[in-house]
Amino acid sequence: MPHDHTHPHPLRPDQDGPLTEAQLTEIALRELLIEKGVLTPAQITAQVTAMDARSPANGAAVVARAWTDPAFRERLLTNGSAACREMGYDIGTLNLIAVENTAVTHNVIVCTLCSCYPRNLLGLPPDWYKSRAYRSRTVRDPRGVLAEFGTTLREGMTVRVHDSTADMRYIVVPERPAGTEGLDAEALAAMVTRDGMIGVTRL
Amino acid sequence: MTEAGLPTRVRVKAWALPGHIRTPGYLRGKTGEIERRLPAFPNPELLAYRLPAPEVPLLRVRFTMAEIWGPDTPHPDDTLDAEIYAHWLEPADAP
Repeated sequence: MPHDHTHPHPLRPDQDGPLTEAQLTEIALRELLIEKGVLTPAQITAQVTAMDARSPANGAAVVARAWTDPAFRERLLTNGSAACREMGYDIGTLNLIAVENTAVTHNVIVCTLCSCYPRNLLGLPPDWYKSRAYRSRTVRDPRGVLAEFGTTLREGMTVRVHDSTADMRYIVVPERPAGTEGLDAEALAAMVTRDGMIGVTRL
Repeated sequence: MTEAGLPTRVRVKAWALPGHIRTPGYLRGKTGEIERRLPAFPNPELLAYRLPAPEVPLLRVRFTMAEIWGPDTPHPDDTLDAEIYAHWLEPADAP
């Protein structure tokens, strides 16, 4: 549609301003790496594609395995990184801690200092996860934040907030929904959501 | 005592340092319990400036909301866990 209509929808402005220093540095470095034969444009595109392909489905498969394989659940809670590598996920240098929701405990993840996120398992973080509002309010008023996500906790539950301050990354293992006893790991994985693994919702 | 020479109950040092610090301001001076011991990692305060960065033990410390925000916080027994490098911690009973 030509742009002669009025805009009831928000218009994202074109990026006509000057490049930032970081953008210039990235372009210069990328062009030098290509010019000197260190990398090819195809390799760079392949890496971007691989990073974009990471999605919460990876984390969901880990959670479903933990629900269906008690020995794996133990290993995941003891050493999250090793358990994910065992499942064949190339998680690089990721140091993972898995925290488990129970009938009496609810866990929620935040990174107050920046926006640390287990990208290898959950893909790119949602914008709200990186917002100052989420980062500051989740440590001050976690139940208020959870309520805004529509998450109300049963009487007597404890909330455990995990601030991802340094070298570890976190994933919440949600409580397995009731009435799912007959389902296999694949069907269970389809029920596991990104927000459930951040801990802002319960399944 | 942990391998880092710290008892279970620890206090975060109330330092106010410039630079790349991974100890959140809202936990400085607060007391908690070591939840688990993690491997040592290169000190990010030096690594950020590409300086030689010796490895420092990392610990997960669990604080109560009452400790962080005061006794009037609505859910004082809810907790917050954070990773704190050993050089930022001292025994809770230290003067």
